Amino acid sequence: MTLTQTPPQAPAKQPIRPPKKRLRYALTVAVFLLPSAVPLLLFTLIPMAGSLWTSLHEWNLITPMKWVGLDNYARLLASEETRAAFGHTLYFIAGYLPLVYAGGLGLAMLLNRAMKGRDIFRAIYFLPVVTSWVVVALLWKWLLNPASGIVNWAIGLFGLEGPGWWTDPDWAMPSIILASAWKDLGFVMIILLAGLQAIPNEYLEAARVDGANAWQRFRRITLPLLSPSTFFVVVISLINGFQVFDQVHVMTGGGPAGATQVVVEQVYNLTFKYGRAGEASALSWLLFAVVLVVTLIQVRGQRRWVNYG
Amino acid sequence: MARAGRYAVVVLGALVMLFPFAWAVITSLTPAGAVLQTPPDFTPDDAGFGAYERLLETMPFWRIMFNSLWIAVASTVFQLVTSSMAAYAFARLPFPGRGALFAVYLATLMVPLQVLVVPLFIEMRTFNLTDTYFAVLAPTIASAFGVFLLRQAVQQVPKEFDEAAVLDGAGHFRIFALVVLPLIRPALATFAIFGFMASWNSFLWPLVIIRSPEFMTLPLGLANLHGQFTTEWNVVMAGSVVSVVPILVLYLFAQKHVIASVAQSGLK
Repeated sequence: MTLTQTPPQAPAKQPIRPPKKRLRYALTVAVFLLPSAVPLLLFTLIPMAGSLWTSLHEWNLITPMKWVGLDNYARLLASEETRAAFGHTLYFIAGYLPLVYAGGLGLAMLLNRAMKGRDIFRAIYFLPVVTSWVVVALLWKWLLNPASGIVNWAIGLFGLEGPGWWTDPDWAMPSIILASAWKDLGFVMIILLAGLQAIPNEYLEAARVDGANAWQRFRRITLPLLSPSTFFVVVISLINGFQVFDQVHVMTGGGPAGATQVVVEQVYNLTFKYGRAGEASALSWLLFAVVLVVTLIQVRGQRRWVNYG
Repeated sequence: MARAGRYAVVVLGALVMLFPFAWAVITSLTPAGAVLQTPPDFTPDDAGFGAYERLLETMPFWRIMFNSLWIAVASTVFQLVTSSMAAYAFARLPFPGRGALFAVYLATLMVPLQVLVVPLFIEMRTFNLTDTYFAVLAPTIASAFGVFLLRQAVQQVPKEFDEAAVLDGAGHFRIFALVVLPLIRPALATFAIFGFMASWNSFLWPLVIIRSPEFMTLPLGLANLHGQFTTEWNVVMAGSVVSVVPILVLYLFAQKHVIASVAQSGLK
């Protein structure tokens, strides 16, 4: 009895409405939400569930699915192929991330000072970022063409013989790394440049007055204060690095001799070349789990080195 | 002296960034017979547009370029509309379960496309929609990232503005369209740039779902061209050059804003 007498504790924002108005309000909410909720349900949530379901089956996309439980995961975890695919992906990241970070930081430091035509240089460095991966991969595949490419011709001018680049198993991954770093250099530069510009000049001036040399100022002031931007670059680059596909698919297709078979290329091949869709789905979830764990570790570990001032 | 050295490094770097594009243009003008010659044949005498003619003969290039353009525009417009509406609901319209629903939106952000590609393909195949424009566009109609980005922008709009509009007798649709949207224009512009670039560059999903050249987008068309003309690099470079032009023009116009958007989103 008492319950019905106490008016519900409605927050001030949510006035109690008569039923007719409430229906209208519910309709309003629905109209605002449905245009995004329906596509997300159809094209993200249902496929997500479908992918989990598929990963528990053996399926060649044509004949009916066969339930296998967690066998796909077990097989993938034990397989040499999976280890190789993750190995190649890590190789890519290990080459790409230091290169793009060091290059981007160097450029950002150079462009952080007043300089004639700075905006033009900034725009030029950013140009490959807006170019599609497929075009970048094609441009570099041609530059690094072993027999007729301009790079090996230039190396030849010094009396040396250039490597086989993307046709040589030992050089294929470095070729992909080179093209990728070239494309993303400007992106990293812009992020770090914004970070650098947020560092108050007084700090650097004070250090200079106290007799700190350029290296000490960089090491003790610039780098620590730049750490939030560095953190962002590392997190984004790792996520993108684990999901590397476009440039690999165009430049090598995972070859030669499987030397650049990265995880997503493997997912693609398992599905559309070998008709092993169940395994492919399981592998994509393994990749998701790895990216999630790596990202969480970074977020938790950021306390130790990221300085939010 | 240090200043001159710094300048030299920056100029050298800029040349490294520009050279691949320049070399693509030169290659595209080289006649078929001379492309594979080493050392490269630099004489401009026999430069010509043969590669471009061959490009237009072998694939419906203009149509593919048009596909890329209109799909990028359509997906950007869809995402702007659907995301800003949802953002308004999540920021301004309280209802039971709102927090939980927002969490579901955020969860979809974490799942990468690679996980979704196979079941999405199956879904489209089930409804006989493979190899259609609809299939290419469908996954880009809504964007959880956009809802997240724009919700923050809507939350920053002072509530007093809404309240003033309510006193004037405006309902939620009018407040949304006439008060909130104009005030979050910078966030809309940032999101539009990201949306356009993502669609323009997307490769994996079109690769999976499109087979016929007339529905292809540029990245897929170029990859296909390369597959067909493995040694005719002048034709492949001609395709690359032409496909870079529209985005280059857009970039030149919006350059400052593009760079500012990236820098901003990187700080948050």
